[in-house]
Amino acid sequence: MLEVTNLDVRYGAIHAIRGVSLSVPEGMVVTLIGANGAGKTTILRTLSGLLRATGGGVRFLGDEITGLPSHQIVKRGLVHIPEGRIVFANMSVLENLELGAYLRRDREVKSDLERVFVLFPRLKERIHQSAGTLSGGEQQMLAIGRGLMSRPRFLLMDEPSLGLAPLLVQGIFEIVREIHRQGTTILLVEQNAHMALQVADFAYVLESGHIVMSGPAAEIAQDPRVRDAYLGGA
Amino acid sequence: MSELAPERFLPLPTRLLRFGLGLAVIVLLQQFVLPGINPYFARILILAEINVILAVSLNLINGFAGQFSLGHAGFMAIGGYVSAAFAVSAGPAVLAVLGASPEAPGPAPSFIVLCLGLILGALVAAITGLLIGIPTLRLKGDYLAIATLGFGEIIRVVIQNTEAVGGARGFINIPTYAGFFAVTLFMVLTLAVHWNLVHSRHGRALLAVREDEIAAEAMGVPTTRYKVLAFSIGAAFAGVGGSLFAHYNGGLHPNTFTFLKSIEVVIMVVLGGMGSITGSILAALLLTAMPELLRPIKEYRMVIYSLLLIVLMITRPQGIFGLGEFDPARLLWWRRARGAR
Amino acid sequence: MQEFLQQLVNGIAIGSIYALIALGYTMVYGILRFVNFAHGDVFMVGAFFGLFAAGWIGASAGANGPAAVVVVFLAAMFGAAVLGVILERFAYKPVRGQPRLNALITAIGVSLFLENAGILIFGADPKTFPELLPPANYSVGGVKISSTQVMTLAGSCLLMLGLNFVVYRTRIGKAMRAVSFSRDAASLMGIPTDRVITATFALGSALAAAAGVLFSMSYPRLDPLMGVMQGLKAFVAAVLGGIGNIPGAVVGGLVLGLAETLVSGYLSSTYRDAIAFVLLIVILIVKPSGLLGRAVSEKV
Repeated sequence: MLEVTNLDVRYGAIHAIRGVSLSVPEGMVVTLIGANGAGKTTILRTLSGLLRATGGGVRFLGDEITGLPSHQIVKRGLVHIPEGRIVFANMSVLENLELGAYLRRDREVKSDLERVFVLFPRLKERIHQSAGTLSGGEQQMLAIGRGLMSRPRFLLMDEPSLGLAPLLVQGIFEIVREIHRQGTTILLVEQNAHMALQVADFAYVLESGHIVMSGPAAEIAQDPRVRDAYLGGA
Repeated sequence: MSELAPERFLPLPTRLLRFGLGLAVIVLLQQFVLPGINPYFARILILAEINVILAVSLNLINGFAGQFSLGHAGFMAIGGYVSAAFAVSAGPAVLAVLGASPEAPGPAPSFIVLCLGLILGALVAAITGLLIGIPTLRLKGDYLAIATLGFGEIIRVVIQNTEAVGGARGFINIPTYAGFFAVTLFMVLTLAVHWNLVHSRHGRALLAVREDEIAAEAMGVPTTRYKVLAFSIGAAFAGVGGSLFAHYNGGLHPNTFTFLKSIEVVIMVVLGGMGSITGSILAALLLTAMPELLRPIKEYRMVIYSLLLIVLMITRPQGIFGLGEFDPARLLWWRRARGAR
Repeated sequence: MQEFLQQLVNGIAIGSIYALIALGYTMVYGILRFVNFAHGDVFMVGAFFGLFAAGWIGASAGANGPAAVVVVFLAAMFGAAVLGVILERFAYKPVRGQPRLNALITAIGVSLFLENAGILIFGADPKTFPELLPPANYSVGGVKISSTQVMTLAGSCLLMLGLNFVVYRTRIGKAMRAVSFSRDAASLMGIPTDRVITATFALGSALAAAAGVLFSMSYPRLDPLMGVMQGLKAFVAAVLGGIGNIPGAVVGGLVLGLAETLVSGYLSSTYRDAIAFVLLIVILIVKPSGLLGRAVSEKV
């Protein structure tokens, strides 16, 4: 479904991503794990068109999407939920969700809204509250819900568990599973490798801009090097 | 830049010798070359030199310290009006002490009055710069630009309402004590001060403030002090430019010092490259001459000028001459090296 | 007391014109963090478009129907919107992503260009704006209100309500608010940010043109440099209210208009042009985020 070949990204003199190739087949959850600064977020930002690749290509559903502006990529169903719970703080919860459906003009927006509220009942309680006043966990729910409102075929999720209390982390991964069950393919970027490898079918390990390892998530989770470096020897 | 560095360690006698030589060159030019030049050209040359002083001093604030100021015309106005007021009110008394007649004071006594007024004007401009700089330099980017623009306009409106200096009618009958000699001398002095300043420890501190204020602060550079310092030194030299203009032109009008004048100087700095003294010099000379060169197509002059500015920003944002210094000696060396091949 | 009320009316009238111009500054700043220095000149060009439109439909001396007024406004606003879009596309878009200083200098260049092209095309000598409304004075409790002042107040109220509707009730308005919050986040929603920026320029320029026509109805002498001072003052109004903040621009405009008329009425009229800058500096030092600005919220 998503094919990345030899992706190269530079910021000025910094060579952030060096020849990364990866593929995400339809219906799978694939995770990209790695330390802080390995380039995970840079890859996602390039896939969603926020950054320009300096080399290599991205194909989505068989079409070349390298270099397209973000809004055209979203239109094709590839949706990026950015890291850091970036919600439109000055708007209400409802307005945020409506913005998620910005490109849609069909009549099913209302029913999708209900689906999001089934997934996150908390958001329904706070529907008219301004998003800036939500708690961290609620903002993350809103960011995910907003992403779902565009009816993505493919979700890029960047650190959905970042900065959340352990109890909420469990909940967020439950949600990731649920979204997947409902038929969305997911590329999940996580520092919490332990959880990510439980959810994912397949995993890539990124180190300083390179893919250093890849394989079925269960195998990666058993790899001694990964256990040492990312799973705290657990 | 590195091949120029040893100059800083020249012993004092050598420096004095150079200074004397420079002075002699200016006097010789004044005595033998200037009379041969047509007065129209001489006027443009002198105005261009004043613009060099303004551009180089604004470059210290904008280019080296990275603080975008749009109020340079205000400081120029202060210098001009203060030194003109000094020459008109206290000038005759000073001349009397020197034993010269106020009607025909002769070159030396009038030069002394000019210097006193100029120093006073520069001081008042520097103090104003200090007073304005302390509260506004906390602001960043666009805000600072607009605040300095506001101060510049306030200075102009205050002058406009000060009847003692002619108010809105303008200040007339200022003794014309500044000619080619004085303007050139002060231009060279201005350049020397700025060149030495930016190539000193303090210059590096200023660059650090420009590049990354937080990092500079972390390295122990007192950033606020440096910003205020650069701002008031720049203001002082704008005052020098203003008082030379007053004593060359013989009259001042508040409308000369609107923010369009400030913008004109900003354009010189940007065109020459932020943080390049030689660039500022070339741009000031070029931009003073250009309107004259474009005189045949007078009506289109300003339109072309503004379009050039836009195109330049789009295609060459670092300025025509870039960020580095333009070194004629290196150019010669380069040519020689190529010739030898 | 009566004189004070009179000053109040005059202040609100000129203040609402400042507010209309300030809205354009604030919207563009909100979205691009960029001071469109040429906005005052768009105001000027808008006034001239209004003048031409009045000429074409033969509106000259006095008695013109409301239809003529509407036509003049729409023509000026449309013309200015197109101008705004052209400026954005050819001057500002290419410098986007460069240091903000370069964008500011480009805007100064655009400003000089519009002024000098204006001198070339319209001529430097002032032109007289025709009387679109029959001159009339209404007296309310001894306070005189002219028909142009009524027009100014009604027109600017209408435009501000319209803007409010666009920004808070329409799809494009929602997109504008999203882009001004975070351009990246907005584009991840599928919002075509470039088009939103273009629309913002068009809207802001149209408001400036409406302000230009309203201003010309009260002060019927048009010249290519008329936008310089008005533009600067309106920018001050935007900063006063909190730049990037739409209600702030309106409040800032009114505060500035009132301050100007009160100071020139009671203290000294020669300092009129300095008041704006004194207010600007006071607000920048005391509360740089502006009267309605929140310290670290959406627009800092």
